[in-house]
Amino acid sequence: MTDSSTKYDWSKPAAKALPKGGYDPKEVQQGRYGPIFPKTPSCYGFSIIAKIIQGREEKFYEYARKLETTVAAQPNALDVLKLHYLRWNLFEIKGDTYFQYMGIFDTDFDKYTEDAVAIFAATGIDTVFENLDGFPADWKTNASAFIQFVRNHHCPSFLEYGEYPYVSAEEIKKALRLKAAFGEALDQMQ
Amino acid sequence: MSTTLELDDIQYLVLARAPAITGRYEFLTFKDAAAGRKWLTALIDKVPSVAAAKRAPDADQRWISIAFTFNGLRALGVDDAALATFPEEFRAGMPARAEVLGDSGSHAPANWRDGTDDPRLHAIVILFARDTAAHDRCVAEHAKLLADCPGVEVISTLDLIATPPFDYAHDHFGYRDRMSQPAVEGTGDLPTPGSGAPLKAGEFIAGYPDEFGVTATLPEPQCLMKNGTYMAYRRLEEHVGKFRDFLREHGNTAEEQELIAAKLMGRWRSGAPLTLAPEKDDPGLGADSQRNNNFNYAKQDPQGYAVPLGSHIRRMNPRDTGHNMNRRRMIRRGGTYGPALPEGAPEDGVERGIAAFVICGSLIRQFEFAQNVWVNDRNFHELGNERDPVCGNQDGTLEYKIPKRPIRKKITGLPAFTTLRGGAYFFLPGLAGLRHLAGQR
Repeated sequence: MTDSSTKYDWSKPAAKALPKGGYDPKEVQQGRYGPIFPKTPSCYGFSIIAKIIQGREEKFYEYARKLETTVAAQPNALDVLKLHYLRWNLFEIKGDTYFQYMGIFDTDFDKYTEDAVAIFAATGIDTVFENLDGFPADWKTNASAFIQFVRNHHCPSFLEYGEYPYVSAEEIKKALRLKAAFGEALDQMQ
Repeated sequence: MSTTLELDDIQYLVLARAPAITGRYEFLTFKDAAAGRKWLTALIDKVPSVAAAKRAPDADQRWISIAFTFNGLRALGVDDAALATFPEEFRAGMPARAEVLGDSGSHAPANWRDGTDDPRLHAIVILFARDTAAHDRCVAEHAKLLADCPGVEVISTLDLIATPPFDYAHDHFGYRDRMSQPAVEGTGDLPTPGSGAPLKAGEFIAGYPDEFGVTATLPEPQCLMKNGTYMAYRRLEEHVGKFRDFLREHGNTAEEQELIAAKLMGRWRSGAPLTLAPEKDDPGLGADSQRNNNFNYAKQDPQGYAVPLGSHIRRMNPRDTGHNMNRRRMIRRGGTYGPALPEGAPEDGVERGIAAFVICGSLIRQFEFAQNVWVNDRNFHELGNERDPVCGNQDGTLEYKIPKRPIRKKITGLPAFTTLRGGAYFFLPGLAGLRHLAGQR
């Protein structure tokens, strides 16, 4: 029941301040697994921050190489997540290593989480979460435990900005395809 | 590896279809556990298993199924520890999940007509009968049983009757039904071409491996869980007069009107899929189960020039354009209710529609996903401002786009052709589960 229909002006950059907790409890919509963090000028997204299991840093670099290879061989491997961008970071706080996973995507988090879990499990790009403190061991078969972990470690934004606000990745790709097709049409006119 | 299903314990409704043209649902409440158990005890032997129904499909001329709400399980005396092992969405019940399901506005539980939003709803007894005589006999017998169990009361009832012509199943709008049902591994049922391989039983029935190879261990106790399934009930009124007016408004000829009807559904009313018969109806194809489901979208119709991206069948089963489809499938049962509105007759204001059950192993992963993401997401397939034109929550402000070269046709202000009039979540135990609930060991 996500309201994605409101007409926004993509040519007018927009910023949105968000209340503590990431949403207004009076206006929030309920998804299947809990409240839906609202769409902002930079679409939907999450920022997961969690402590890694001590001594596992190398696993994260292995994972990075594996994901690079997976996506090169199978460019649509992450298609179901309806992504714009993903960023992974490791950083230290008081001697502990923390992992940050930020995603910007076009659908509320609840919608395709079960599919995401299935994709991670099927393509083997799953190791990184298993190296986080408290990650449920049965996550491949227990979507709600996976979702709970993500919700517990999600640090919602208090401010988001979009240079071309609310535009989906599909709309951007469509515009670029159209541009390419026009270029081709013009070439044929020479 | 195939699984041996306990077909003599699974209620017939899950895996078999009764050759019935009438039926009745009775929604019940238990004043006390003893009365509920007495009522259940009297009925258990009349509930056929899959094996019994298949062995003697015509023996009794009637088929009975029994299922319970979460409150019903509690009313029958299931203890708190066991109750807590049921999934959250089932415990909450359908009315509490209205926002997730898109049941707002005129579809909201406050507007339901059958008392299924009443927390006192505890059980449903489902009757399908071969003919009116069998129907009436069973209704009278059940009334007698209830008179004998004063602590069990009827909240509401609904009589089902097939709509003419009776030679094929269809709804009040005239659309052929029952063409896309999943086959379940271990039943021996063969899927029709295009329906995919048989699915693991755990997708629908507790106690068996699912498509991930996992066998659910909850809810507890095991004797209640094993061979049980979840069922979402939906009573959907069909506004036939409004639907026909809409077709006339958007089609000048009978052929154009049929095409508009087909574009909303994705199939001609005959059942012929637009992917295989894009220009002209092909009733022979519609009636042929070996051909009428044998198509997909990614290669055959990526832009929706045949089957519009937002049409009912494309939303309810995106086939090869969806992900993890084997984890989203559902078994549908039910029938039509209310008198048929004769062709050419004006809307008479009488309620008619379909009263259906969606059977699945997980309400949140299967039924609620379909409602939330497929039926009522305005932005399904990037459509921006649409919901399912047949069963989505329409309030007159949304649109419907029909891809067409060179320029698509866009209908604005699509009316609501259906309104939700009742609904509930039930747990349908196996026969041993029913005996456990009845207090038999």
